[in-house]
Amino acid sequence: MSSTTPHPQETPPDAARPKTAVQATPGPGGVRLTLSGLLETEVLGPVWTQALAAARTAPGPDVEVEAREVLCLDGAGAALILRLRQVAEARGGRFSLTGLSPDLARMVDIFDPAAVAPLPPAAPLSFGQRLRVDIEDMGVWTVRLLAAWAGHIAFTGEMTAALFQALLHPRRVRWKDVLVAAEKTGVNSLPIVGLIGFLMGLIMSFQSAVTLKRFGGEVFIPNGLGLLCFRELSALITAILLAGRSGSAFAAEIGTMKVNEEVDALTTMGLNPVRFLVGPKIMATLAVMPIMCLFFDFFCLIGGAVVMLSLGFPLATYTSRVFASTSFTDFWGGMVKAMVFAILVAGVGCRRGLGTGEGASAVGDSTTSAVVLGIILVAVADGVFAVLFFYLGL
Amino acid sequence: MEKNEQSAAQAETVIRVENLTCTYGQDLIIDDISFEVKRGEIFIILGGSGCGKTTLLKHMIGLYPPKAGRVLIGGRDFVSAQGRERQDILRHFGVMYQSGALFGSMNLLENVRLPLEEFTSLPGEAMDLVARMKLSLVGLADYSGHMPSEISGGMRKRAAIARALALDPEILFLDEPSAGLDPVTSAGLDDLIKELNASLKMTFVIVTHELPSIFAIADRVIMLDKGVKKIVAQGDPRELREKSENPLVRRFFLREPDHPAQKGPRQEGQ
Repeated sequence: MSSTTPHPQETPPDAARPKTAVQATPGPGGVRLTLSGLLETEVLGPVWTQALAAARTAPGPDVEVEAREVLCLDGAGAALILRLRQVAEARGGRFSLTGLSPDLARMVDIFDPAAVAPLPPAAPLSFGQRLRVDIEDMGVWTVRLLAAWAGHIAFTGEMTAALFQALLHPRRVRWKDVLVAAEKTGVNSLPIVGLIGFLMGLIMSFQSAVTLKRFGGEVFIPNGLGLLCFRELSALITAILLAGRSGSAFAAEIGTMKVNEEVDALTTMGLNPVRFLVGPKIMATLAVMPIMCLFFDFFCLIGGAVVMLSLGFPLATYTSRVFASTSFTDFWGGMVKAMVFAILVAGVGCRRGLGTGEGASAVGDSTTSAVVLGIILVAVADGVFAVLFFYLGL
Repeated sequence: MEKNEQSAAQAETVIRVENLTCTYGQDLIIDDISFEVKRGEIFIILGGSGCGKTTLLKHMIGLYPPKAGRVLIGGRDFVSAQGRERQDILRHFGVMYQSGALFGSMNLLENVRLPLEEFTSLPGEAMDLVARMKLSLVGLADYSGHMPSEISGGMRKRAAIARALALDPEILFLDEPSAGLDPVTSAGLDDLIKELNASLKMTFVIVTHELPSIFAIADRVIMLDKGVKKIVAQGDPRELREKSENPLVRRFFLREPDHPAQKGPRQEGQ
């Protein structure tokens, strides 16, 4: 027994392991706990519960720990002894530890009991104090909200300035970054834009066919589809796809740069992060958004054509009715909306990225809020456009 | 010295590296090296930047599979170990990474508690207490509620040591514990390592190139070199500094540049 050390490796293999146990007997003025076996993290759970229960429910406050048969002890074992001491002292009793071999006692002694003293429970607040805390919270939230809005406004200003600077000094723009962003945002998204467009055209035509068939009006499907596609759907759905694909990517990329102090590095080099990081992304998004919308329109109309052909109409009827029912105003209206949505989504993505806090989870938070806020802004702006177009008679 | 002789005489081998060859992609980093780490010693892997110190460490802790050779921890082959056996071996050591690698979404207490929650059946209050004790051991008892982003780099490293200690491992691997720390914090960390080594009889394998740390804590060192990709020296660092025949080793310990200072404007590093 004297050859014990705190190393698990030197203890016998599993089968021959001595059992870890605690025996509680009434002692003078409290309880006497006899600990035995291996007081190690893996096996200590049940003993901990028994020992603490015995100490807490003992008739007297004193706790006497007899540890002659303890073979081995690690951090968790030391924690048990410290906790028993705390329990005894909290109840106003005395604590004694006997029989622990000097080797193992060192394990207990290196921990400072004062440093891990139980934390005092938080005092309950009075009604007045609670009210004060609530009002303070409200103030804090209001200030934060206003600061966030101020940040958005400032960012919008900086972004606009960056875009105008790009117009005034086109040679200072980092066109390579613009092209890379355009490829990632636009070119790489064309398959999904085409797929969603095709499916939307197919589904809408098919669902309209079900309703219009009752009136024998399947021939009007292209009229509705063309109008809806050019005026509304292409801009809206492409913007939502943009938010999910690229708004999130902008936020994550700039957010990670922020976390890695790359944004700080730009600032101290005298480069404005908005001009350097945000400008190319916004320009790229603005450049590719009309192409994405056209792609969407094209595949949406193909989807509609598939339904019309399967209903037995010739292709010429379909195309002539689509173009007869839509005007250039509808088309350009949709394009203007798309450009505004593009600025909103890309701007929010970059803004969220620049506002990233510290750590990996902060990047996740900014990405989520970039997508959510992007989609909300697109929906609100779409509503504003609907009202505007109505009053303008477009 | 006295401790050295004593441990050499009686200590058992806890880690044995046999004919280890490491590559990184196509590049050969370490070529066929073998060494042993004894129980209870502070073993330091040193060498200039880019000589493969961290690569060697990551092979020893099983993150990278070696090109050839074996790593035995506690007598068991870690390279071929799978499933339960691998888990078993993993429980024998803790690792502190260069930047701490604390989980940013958890506070310090939760970081230290995580291994306890996952691998033990202790009641909640016991886990809390054990975690707080480990934090107090590294002097961070008052910061248990702080997030990793709210504390300094030195504190992060100490918290990472507390997390590595959570399950009372026998071996602690530290990757550049004092890099980027001020001399005072760095000396404090050295003291902590010595204290843990003495009181918990823990074995340390440390990657570093900080000379003051090496002389303060090392029982034994091995030195790697980028050129030959092998161990160029091993033994007590003080003796190596005084007696080594190898100019590479002497230059390292005496902090001399490997080429005389050039006159006029320097061509490199612009």
